[in-house]
Amino acid sequence: MAPVGPRSGDAIFSSIDRVNAELFTLTYGAIVRQLLTDLEEVEEVNKQLDQMGYNIGIRLIDEFLAKSGVSRCVDFKETAEMIAKVGFKMFLGVTASVTSWDADGTCCSIILEDNPLVDFVELPDTCQGLYYCNILSGVIRGALEMVSMKTEVTWTRDVLRGDDAYELQVKLLKQVAEEYPYKDDE
Amino acid sequence: MVFDGRFYANKPELAARRIEAIGYQVGHQLSERYTMERPRFSDHLEAIKFICKDFWSEVFKKQIDNLKTNHRGTFVLQDNKFRWLSRVSIDPSSENETEDPSTPGESKAAQAVSMYLYFPCGIIRGVLSNLGIPCAVSADISSLPTCSFVIRVKA
Repeated sequence: MAPVGPRSGDAIFSSIDRVNAELFTLTYGAIVRQLLTDLEEVEEVNKQLDQMGYNIGIRLIDEFLAKSGVSRCVDFKETAEMIAKVGFKMFLGVTASVTSWDADGTCCSIILEDNPLVDFVELPDTCQGLYYCNILSGVIRGALEMVSMKTEVTWTRDVLRGDDAYELQVKLLKQVAEEYPYKDDE
Repeated sequence: MVFDGRFYANKPELAARRIEAIGYQVGHQLSERYTMERPRFSDHLEAIKFICKDFWSEVFKKQIDNLKTNHRGTFVLQDNKFRWLSRVSIDPSSENETEDPSTPGESKAAQAVSMYLYFPCGIIRGVLSNLGIPCAVSADISSLPTCSFVIRVKA
């Protein structure tokens, strides 16, 4: 049964199969550890996590659209709300809020109230400069690229680095007009 | 060090080792969580049964369907519908150009699927080694989505 109209993040979250949370968190942690071992450079690890996230995002958007029944957003404001209220709830079971809009509505902050990726995590001093959750910014960037939005996603606050919240700044760089793969007259 | 954007993409054996190591780490940590409340296992079979029942239920929300052993340190755990392969299908067009299904030899697609199994093999090895049982774990997928994990305990 296809859902009719948009569904709330809560409704989707409670209706789909979920993976064991400890497995999810520990697997992510083990991946980060392995990358640190292999790449040795924290900057490289940040880059690799972002790239992995991007690869996930470009696939995840399909599942998001299929299960949420969300149709095209009217503006970037609505897009950001969708990510925070439906996306984060659906895939991570957490709610996020959107704040700090700039004047022309192309840049905002998404604040995570809770972050399942960081359960059981402490960063040692050797990981200075690591953005532990960098996969998330990649996911958002990849997913939005698939719906014609080029964005830049950066961490502005990170609890693991001593801040009081997890905050992602999402900046809309440009809307890419869709190109259809077929000609009108065919 | 320069990576061409994709880590070990063309070095499957290196990638496989990394993935197995990640699984090992996860299994190691999960085993501590799921054995906290129980008494020490009396023998290898007890530990393997724990993996088949409780551990598999926690991680995959079902139990292992079939356990075989030769009582000499080899155990075969069969999951008839292994969750992580339940969305995987092998594209027939990518199969070798042989019409005879009895031909041995792995197709490219089957090799790709076997890459997916290093992670769960690592998990199993991580759990057992944390329970004091050093072993080697391999997987066999002769008919999707059935999957068998072969555990060989090191003497």
